[in-house]
Amino acid sequence: MLANFGFGALIITFLVALYGIGAAIYGGVKNSARWVESARLAMLLTFPLITLTAVSIIIMLVTRQYQVQYVYNVTSDTMPLYLKITALWGGQAGSLIFWSWLMAAFATAVTLRKWDRDREFLPWVIVVSLITLAFFVGMSIFVENPFERFWLSASGREMVAMFQPAGATPLIPSDGRGLNPLLRHPGMVIHPPMLYLGFVSFVIPFAFAIAALITGRTDDRWIRITRRWSLVAWIFLSLGLVLGSRWAYDVLGWGGYWGWDPVEIAAFLPWLSGTAFLHSVMIQEKRGMFKRWNMVLVIVTYALVIFGTFLTRSGVLSSVHAFAQSAIGPLFFGFIGVTFIASLALLLHRWKDLTSAGQLNSMLSREALFLLNNLLFMLILLVCLWGLIFPIVSELFTGQKVTFGPPWYERITGPLFAALLLLMGVAPLSAWGHSTVKTLGRAMWKPTIVSVAVLAVALATGVRSVGALIGFWLVGFVIAITLYDYGRAIWARHKRSHEPLPVAFWNLVGRNRRRYGGYIIHLGIVLMALGIIGIEMFQTETQGTLKTGESLSLSGYTVTFRSLAEWNNPDGRNIARAVVDVSKDGRYLGQLAPRRDFYFDAQQSMTIPGVRSTMEDDLYLLLVDWEEFNSNQATLKLFHNPLINWLWVGSVVLILGMLVAAWPDQEPDAAVQRAAQKASGRVTAD
Amino acid sequence: MENAAIERPASGSRAKFIIGGLLIIAAVVYLVISSTQASAQYFMTIAELQAKGASIGNRELRLSGAVLGDTIQYDSENLRLTFTIADIPADNAEIEAQGGLAAVLHAAVQDPTRPTLVIVYDGVMPDLLKNEAQAIVTGKMGEDGKFYAKELLLKCPTKYEEAVPDQAGK
Repeated sequence: MLANFGFGALIITFLVALYGIGAAIYGGVKNSARWVESARLAMLLTFPLITLTAVSIIIMLVTRQYQVQYVYNVTSDTMPLYLKITALWGGQAGSLIFWSWLMAAFATAVTLRKWDRDREFLPWVIVVSLITLAFFVGMSIFVENPFERFWLSASGREMVAMFQPAGATPLIPSDGRGLNPLLRHPGMVIHPPMLYLGFVSFVIPFAFAIAALITGRTDDRWIRITRRWSLVAWIFLSLGLVLGSRWAYDVLGWGGYWGWDPVEIAAFLPWLSGTAFLHSVMIQEKRGMFKRWNMVLVIVTYALVIFGTFLTRSGVLSSVHAFAQSAIGPLFFGFIGVTFIASLALLLHRWKDLTSAGQLNSMLSREALFLLNNLLFMLILLVCLWGLIFPIVSELFTGQKVTFGPPWYERITGPLFAALLLLMGVAPLSAWGHSTVKTLGRAMWKPTIVSVAVLAVALATGVRSVGALIGFWLVGFVIAITLYDYGRAIWARHKRSHEPLPVAFWNLVGRNRRRYGGYIIHLGIVLMALGIIGIEMFQTETQGTLKTGESLSLSGYTVTFRSLAEWNNPDGRNIARAVVDVSKDGRYLGQLAPRRDFYFDAQQSMTIPGVRSTMEDDLYLLLVDWEEFNSNQATLKLFHNPLINWLWVGSVVLILGMLVAAWPDQEPDAAVQRAAQKASGRVTAD
Repeated sequence: MENAAIERPASGSRAKFIIGGLLIIAAVVYLVISSTQASAQYFMTIAELQAKGASIGNRELRLSGAVLGDTIQYDSENLRLTFTIADIPADNAEIEAQGGLAAVLHAAVQDPTRPTLVIVYDGVMPDLLKNEAQAIVTGKMGEDGKFYAKELLLKCPTKYEEAVPDQAGK
């Protein structure tokens, strides 16, 4: 019953979305405010409608309605309530609904904003948002229906169908198969929503860009309106990626966090183009340049968002993330192809309107460095994309499938990321329009000396790897420059207005939140880089089989095996758990308990590491093997992961920076007003 | 546009930017080519590998096959894992045509005439390693005709693929 209700709501959502598209196009072309308003209301309606669908699925998941195939596939009696709810995005059909749900929520939020000043964008923003939504909803209805049920035909054959086939009786399994145990982790509970929020919120800047192209209002208004959307999208995408890494670190039991897996790369690609976009829009705002390029970036990001959603939810590439083979591939590629080509055609149509208002003069000017930043991001993107499709390309041309592993990616992108870090340090001190080595040097010499001190400390503590030394120096360099820049501005303010330093700090950041929030985000990225350098360059490992009382040593840590226990847990797991004592340089630190959970419903085991985490390093312990009925012996694997915690700390700093940069201004439309005045001022100046 | 007319037409600096950009792109292209030569992995099926024989040399290979559950042995003293995989097609379309990955893996394990290969892997026993899992291994052929894997990736399609339940209650 509930399944029929949810499915019905889904179909109505689809029809309403189609109506909205039609009404918006008609209203936009005929310039009819009534039709546009009707389309707006349609878009407003999609969110409550699809909420009904999503909530029916959640109720079915929670109330164990195993006659529904999706419920059967992703839940079981033994799963705790919160996992049953989040199983909504535990499989392909459910995640598509979840995607549409978020998309509808964002679309609705957009309709509710004040539209007075940019009403001419409205119909086209509706068209783009609703086409995207209708595509996903349509996919759920026609291909990946989460409401399909099991039936037993008159001849006793089992089948799956949405509606009762003639003569068939419902088939109700007594228990479900349960969520893939790998996904039963808090990181997995919030990682997909974060990623999807990031994906979905990039649709909004794209919608405004397309609206700007269609209406011919190609000034930078669309950028100013969507600035916050882009930033929020970027943060969610970043957090989604970080949470995915955290999940891999906690659950996959390989001691790492990032494996250059095709699906990871697929989620990383829109992040790269999105980051380039966030930076280059500032050039358009300040200098009226890069107008075409920004359009290209937002179009590419949108295509990559859809591509990423598709890759994470289909089986086209061999990956730990691939859930299932599915028929949605051709549809996705068709949709990406059509929207991409249509967007580019629109862009070419407006090509002449998008001429640059300024010109690059100095190699070291702020805008030139931003250009370099964009070039580097796009090169990393192309390299990743090339690595992703190379197996297919090589097979096509040579008949030989060739793939790349992590070393390939690390070798190529390592120098590029290092160059980006360097830019992150230099660019904030360069001036708009014109900078020379002399002016830059004058601004930079003090923090540079500080960063050299960092280098000296690294050398003194015995770091000899050139790559690591460069990495540490860059980290020190960016942190020193960022803090120096902050300090200088606070001091100037303090001198000028005699405000106490904390007040000066508060006001400084408050007056220019985007800039100083951006710098906080930079600091977060640098801290994350520190963690990545630590684990990539200094990870060590050892392993061994220990009897009670025997020890293993690694990087100053000593791990002594104490005991092992194995039991059946009432929640459907068999647990094997080792207890070890950990000490460092002879000092006792406590106990760790790495374990192996075996899930009966899914017939799969899961290795949960025992981790001792400090800001300096992680001791990461895996229970590899043990003998049955013998609690006196276990095989353990140890990883020493220096600095890895800074990766997670950095991501918290990111959120902080985002809050500062995206916090609503007291006068939310001031920037838009200024832009409008500037635009009209320029026209009269002609 | 009007601003550009005021500023000096800086064709010289434009050339500078283009040359700088091209240099960076050239450097990246060089990195890509050299890394491809150093660390490309050749993806092939077990049947293809055995057809090529010794000519494969010391190249890094990536193979995929169906795990034969009975052959899994784990030496926990030395953390050495050995198991045998049976040939499956590498092409997705072909797998689909044969009824999906689960069916292909099942057929491969049941069919004793399939080419097989012994895999040796040093490391932690992966959770997903079991009968009829798909193993994707990266490594090199040893002199002894066994495949020494550096990296082992496993996929168990049966669990997440749509299937009809085998037990039903009222």
